[in-house]
Amino acid sequence: MTNDLSRKDKTLGETLRSQGISRRSFLKFCAATASMMALPPSMIPTIANALEKARRPSVIWLSFQECTGCTESLTRAHTATVESLIFDSISLDYHHTLQAAAGHAAEAAREAAMEENNGKYLLVVDGSIPLDNPGYSTIAGISNYDMLMDTARGAAAIISVGTCAAFGGIPHAKPNPTGAVSVSDIIKDKPIINVPGCPPIPVVITGVLTHFLTFGTIPELDNLGRPKTFYGQSIHDRCYRRPFYDKGLFAETFDDEGARLGWCLYKLGCKGPTSYNACATTKWNGGVSFPIEAGHPCLGCSEPDFWDGGGFYKAISMPTENITKTTIYAAAAGVAVGVAVGATGRMKKASASKAHQKVTIDDLEK
Amino acid sequence: MTETELLTWVRGPGFQIATIIFVLGIMLRLFEILMLGRKANLAEAKGSEMSSGLRTVFSRTIPDASTFKRSAFTVTAGYIFHIGLFVVIFLFAPHILLFKDIIGFGWPALPSTVIDATAVITIITLVIVLVHRLRDPVKRFLSNFDDYLGWFVTILPLITGYIAFHRIGMSAPSLIAIHILSVELLMVVFPFTKLMHMFTLILARWYNGAISGYRGVQS
Amino acid sequence: MSDASLPQFNIQIGNDLTWNVQPILHEIRHALRKLLETGESSIIDLRSIPLAPGEEETIIDTLGCGEVHAKLNALGPSEIYETRFTGVWLITHFNEESSIIGRFIEITRFPDILKSQHEDMTIALDQLEQELEHASLSDQNETEAETNT
Repeated sequence: MTNDLSRKDKTLGETLRSQGISRRSFLKFCAATASMMALPPSMIPTIANALEKARRPSVIWLSFQECTGCTESLTRAHTATVESLIFDSISLDYHHTLQAAAGHAAEAAREAAMEENNGKYLLVVDGSIPLDNPGYSTIAGISNYDMLMDTARGAAAIISVGTCAAFGGIPHAKPNPTGAVSVSDIIKDKPIINVPGCPPIPVVITGVLTHFLTFGTIPELDNLGRPKTFYGQSIHDRCYRRPFYDKGLFAETFDDEGARLGWCLYKLGCKGPTSYNACATTKWNGGVSFPIEAGHPCLGCSEPDFWDGGGFYKAISMPTENITKTTIYAAAAGVAVGVAVGATGRMKKASASKAHQKVTIDDLEK
Repeated sequence: MTETELLTWVRGPGFQIATIIFVLGIMLRLFEILMLGRKANLAEAKGSEMSSGLRTVFSRTIPDASTFKRSAFTVTAGYIFHIGLFVVIFLFAPHILLFKDIIGFGWPALPSTVIDATAVITIITLVIVLVHRLRDPVKRFLSNFDDYLGWFVTILPLITGYIAFHRIGMSAPSLIAIHILSVELLMVVFPFTKLMHMFTLILARWYNGAISGYRGVQS
Repeated sequence: MSDASLPQFNIQIGNDLTWNVQPILHEIRHALRKLLETGESSIIDLRSIPLAPGEEETIIDTLGCGEVHAKLNALGPSEIYETRFTGVWLITHFNEESSIIGRFIEITRFPDILKSQHEDMTIALDQLEQELEHASLSDQNETEAETNT
């Protein structure tokens, strides 16, 4: 514990040197970090300079209505050395899945961290917040809403990890039985970084944490509060299968010739064109592959309401309702009304000509 | 409303409403015209109505030499944007998918780069056609609100589609939603404007051909 | 599970698909020209570019292997070699579990990471001085001990 406290005052550079990590190792670490943060390699010296001086921030991680998939993703970040260095350089003071303490001790750790680092700590949230009945999700008898509001008050910034925290996610899916909302739905006075994905790519989570650690600032965000470095381009625009789309070569089913030849999955419902994420370049499992490379269309998990987007296997250009039926009924109704209107017109004409009386000279002379 | 919600709405209820108005409107207007019928011709038939009518439906697609000479620009530009519209609407893979979903079968698509180029040519031609309409005193005199509305709802999906394809300015879900919305506007307006010529031209040509056939003259 | 029961995929990586390989090679060409004319180095992060399966290998195979080959042992191994195009280096960083954590093409006369670093040399000098001092001290001690007996 005393060791921990003393480490908090040290810069990252000092911490690493005291661990016997050479400058050359540090530069390698910076190169990997730049790559991870999707920054150009020309930024490596800047990163080295900033990391050298970075201080160990306190991090409080709150988990609400979630499946722990985001934490699972994070702890499976494959660049083990780099991650462990980063986690050595932050102080994860509260995370009820990862921390050793339980019960009152755990809550005490959170309160202590909040008090000690008031206004400076980083709050990470995964999971959505139920507004319907607070009983749907509580921690140590505290409702998710109360805990979030209480903890957010002294936070320097909030990172919403996962689609649930960022946009409401699966708990928010229709009919949203718990009244789930995202962090940004209820907190308006703090900088919030959304890191959506179901789960987010591990290095994207660590990349955003590292950005905050390195530069102490919020990265540039898009209109949905997502860091542009990772969510700046659509999956479709960065997809290696894009040339097939442009040539009009598509897999029609999951086991046809096109699927075997690795053609575009648009017709199988790929949401790549409307989804923004780093999957196509950063990839998953340590850069091994990503869903489209494995032959499955993108579900668009980093987008709001992806669960209610009209079906995972329906192409974006296809209507979500049964339009064939609509067309047939509308056509039948159209014919009926057309005939009726036409018939009324004819009847009018017929009765008009029937009622027509010829004018004679006698009439005019009257 | 989030952009995903908007996209889901335009693909779902929005498209359904547009389809109902589009199909119902077209059928209503066509059958209304058909119900009008024609006065019985008491003269003796000097030829077949059927063959002449059918032939005329197709033969009028090619302008006769004198018409072409008189208004070469109108005919050429008309051809370009009509063919362009056909290519862009019916030969782009995502669009074919929409038709396949409704009618049950699809057909081969053209590469998206070809569609892209065609869309640009079509947009430019439509703009030129409008300029021509505004500058030509006769055309301007003959034009009313209906003509300009028809032009607007036709070029709008082309422009929004082009922007959505290239993802300019906004995020993709919004752009695609706006594009579909512009098509829905076209569908809603279609049956009640001169855009109905897409269907009525067949009736008009048929009647012209049939009348001439009955009289035994060339149509 | 036998291999035969798995569906066989033949994802093509012919010249047809590799639409990012040629641009990267041209980028390297421009960078090499810049290095020759202005002395300015460039780095390309291979992880920042969308590549189809096999495309990274195609790039690496095209670049080939040149005269210099170095290995680092810093937070896990790193492999650094000059390709058959002098001035074009391939740097691959691994972590301690031997998975790749970064892969760069550096167009430079000599990659920075191979140079001895100032901070490390300072520590090294300290250490050498300490060791020598310690050695001379223990020498003295030994001689003192001998005279005492």
